[in-house]
Amino acid sequence: MPVSGVAAFEGSFDAAHAERLLWRAGFGPRKGEAEALARLGLDGAVHALTFPDREKLVGPAPKDDKGRPLAPYDAWGHDHAWWLDRMVRTSRPLVERMTLVWHDWFATSNSSVGSQRLMLKQNQLFRDRALGGFSDLLLEVTKDPAMLLWLNGSDNSKWSPNENYAREMLELFALGAGHGYTEADVRQNARALTGFRNDWKQGAGNVNFRYDPGAHDTGTKTIFGKHGAFTWKDSVRLAVGNPSHASFFVRKLWSYFIPTPPDAATQRALERMYTGNDHRIKPVVTAILKHPALYDGSRMVKPPAVFNAGLLRRIGRPIDTTAWTWLGQMAGQQLFYPPNVAGWDDSRWLDTATWRGRWWIATYVLRPYALDPGTATQPFDAQALVDGALAFWNKPQLGNATHAALLAFAQNALGDAAKTSWKRKQYAVMTQNALRHLIAVSPELQTA
Amino acid sequence: MSTCNHCDGLSRSRFLHRAAAEAGRGLPAIEPGMPLPAGTGLSRRSFLSHGAGALLAVYGASKLGLSALEEGIAAAAAGPAQPVLVSVFLEGGADALSVLSPQGDPLYRKLRPHLALSGGTVFAEDDRLRWHPAAAALATLHAEQKVTVMPAVGYTNADQSHFTSRHYWEVGATSTALRTGWLGRYLDRVGSMDNPLQGLSLDDALAPALATGKVPVASVDGPDQYDFYSNRVWGEVEQRMLAAIGGLGAPQTDPALQAVGSAAAQVDRLRTQLLPFQGQDGKPAYTSPVAYPKSDDAFPRRLAGLAAMLSAGLPLRCVSLSAPGEYDTHSDQAPALASGLQLTSDSLLAFQRDLEARGLADRVLVHVWSEFGRRAQENGSGGTDHGAAGVGFLLGTRAKGTMVGEFPGLKTGLDEDGNLKATSDFRGVYAGLLEQWLGTDAAAVLPDAASFARPTLIR
Repeated sequence: MPVSGVAAFEGSFDAAHAERLLWRAGFGPRKGEAEALARLGLDGAVHALTFPDREKLVGPAPKDDKGRPLAPYDAWGHDHAWWLDRMVRTSRPLVERMTLVWHDWFATSNSSVGSQRLMLKQNQLFRDRALGGFSDLLLEVTKDPAMLLWLNGSDNSKWSPNENYAREMLELFALGAGHGYTEADVRQNARALTGFRNDWKQGAGNVNFRYDPGAHDTGTKTIFGKHGAFTWKDSVRLAVGNPSHASFFVRKLWSYFIPTPPDAATQRALERMYTGNDHRIKPVVTAILKHPALYDGSRMVKPPAVFNAGLLRRIGRPIDTTAWTWLGQMAGQQLFYPPNVAGWDDSRWLDTATWRGRWWIATYVLRPYALDPGTATQPFDAQALVDGALAFWNKPQLGNATHAALLAFAQNALGDAAKTSWKRKQYAVMTQNALRHLIAVSPELQTA
Repeated sequence: MSTCNHCDGLSRSRFLHRAAAEAGRGLPAIEPGMPLPAGTGLSRRSFLSHGAGALLAVYGASKLGLSALEEGIAAAAAGPAQPVLVSVFLEGGADALSVLSPQGDPLYRKLRPHLALSGGTVFAEDDRLRWHPAAAALATLHAEQKVTVMPAVGYTNADQSHFTSRHYWEVGATSTALRTGWLGRYLDRVGSMDNPLQGLSLDDALAPALATGKVPVASVDGPDQYDFYSNRVWGEVEQRMLAAIGGLGAPQTDPALQAVGSAAAQVDRLRTQLLPFQGQDGKPAYTSPVAYPKSDDAFPRRLAGLAAMLSAGLPLRCVSLSAPGEYDTHSDQAPALASGLQLTSDSLLAFQRDLEARGLADRVLVHVWSEFGRRAQENGSGGTDHGAAGVGFLLGTRAKGTMVGEFPGLKTGLDEDGNLKATSDFRGVYAGLLEQWLGTDAAAVLPDAASFARPTLIR
């Protein structure tokens, strides 16, 4: 057990471990990436993720369906495609994955912000502060224009308090429902948070976001039993300093990386690490990424954006369509449109509607690679077809049940061709196309 | 509150059109007249097997055969018709004091100097209250005694968190620990292991109220929109491929693999059940006897599809939908509330008329609910903050049609936070629905069921 009191994985760190790390801390490996990361060993691999070099975007710039550059500020759906491109091309996968974590944690939806520009500005905030200090992050989020619009922060003034942000800040961002605060704290917190304003201009929308001391309630507030003429900065300080915050932070952050909660000793050790490091995020993430439970424990269902970006990375395909946006919506995760301020429900990604969304994501991922049954040739051999389809996806590890299902399908499909010669030729090609699709939606490729 | 629902809807309908068209390339032409609507003289059983059989025949059904599952569904469909409960959720905390505004209460205009409503039909059971003009369709149904109103429904010590309160309503108890929905536990009790349609979310994702412990349930956008397509795979190979989806659902020990596999198995069953509804070129394979509101929002289309499924005899028991609109109205409440309420009410009226035209009205009850109401005192942003008791409705020809609980008044009816006090408890309403409508023992579904008074809900 290291000095921190948090266990670290001690087995031999191989390519399968590195692949799992790349899925949990990023968007999965490109061809050869897991093997290269494994050679660094666990500490080296986690260091490479937590202390990355300057970002390089690898591969061609994103395009829409007509080959034009994306217009993420303006065109519907280009925001989702733009971010997906960052996930596909980034050389700093953990920073990008943490950006997604913060988008879910401080879930803000453009459905009521109504400005892709402001949403992308918030997105950059999350990226810039992805692994910094939580106090800083919460301060920036509190005055972020998209958040001010989303939770009525700029409607909250001394003349007319609006407690929307004050409540969600405690309940969802810092403390957890009913942990360490009362209804009275919510109302007093709303008073402390008064003072942000913005204007609305015909044609330009919401502009001129500012802090106006004249709109701030300068009176004494009582928050968590403390009295003072608190301001918005005090509100953030009090929330992060609340004794319930560290346990909430650790539990929530852990849940993004490991599906089962930490044991009590690990939870406490991580809390100490967090409060002892001035509420910095990186040491806690580092400890979680090295924890044995990440490597020995059960798998996690990939969020739809991770599933989609991961298929594209695996196959080496750049963003060349904005179809990913409505496909993401079908699969239950349109970026910049979380279902509500609590973010996406990571325990319920899959049902009969969202599974179908993932099927259609695979349809679109595979579209340029589909073989033409009229011209292509494939072996008339079920096992050879399965092997070929696995090679197409860089040989992912599949369980016996999935392997058997694929083989049975291929045998049945070839069996239908019987002795008809055009069928024998075309059915083998179609079976190859179908196998690639079935592998993409297999339980193994939807989890890691 | 500016939204891009408009462009969203456009883009989505374009996609659906394209997806359907592409899927159509690989799918058989559905035979003229398929699926056969109710009233063609076919029994439910023959409808189902004819539907599946006809489609499979195109690709050599003799080899694939009808699965045991289809037999199970057919058996369920051929059994006695079950009562259907449709749950419609107004997400965000709908403002009871606007849906039924207490214009006759002297304090109303003091608490709501900017938001107080004027006009609207008087609520016949309590003339202090008036229907929101956008809810005129509900007033129409109420005049026909097809609406039971709960003017202040909730629970004591209401939690003002959206997520906690909504969770309470979904699980049917003020407990944060329960992980199955109240309707899910009902289905676990009466449902079958091979019919995911028994609990159906017409939505992008499963409604937590339908979350079960053991029996399968489903979510689907609409019955005509459950198609699967693969590039350059068609004919017999495509049929084999779609049949292989179920093969990805083998039991697994890893919980995440199991979650994906179990979804695949349910997809397989649902796809088979909905095959007869797959239309062509973006048009559904059914017709509605009444006109539904035209909208980019999916709500009216989903209700139309639901009526068609019920009419076709599919074995549905509990169905869940999200109402259109924004109900978490912290700012600019008036326009946001009115537009959502209008589309919701108009669509529900069309659905009721559809059921009546199809002779199904006595089998279906609609329950409209929200996680809480809103603060009686308006805030300074032209909106209202989170409150306690809210408004709820039961719609249908079998609804008792008389109020449950009462409007408590603004003078003595507010709690210490200035929120409306509940005069009926949602758990009592659930217990009443379970016992009087679904015919099951509430104590087997709801924790502590004995402690809640059952209002009379059904005539």
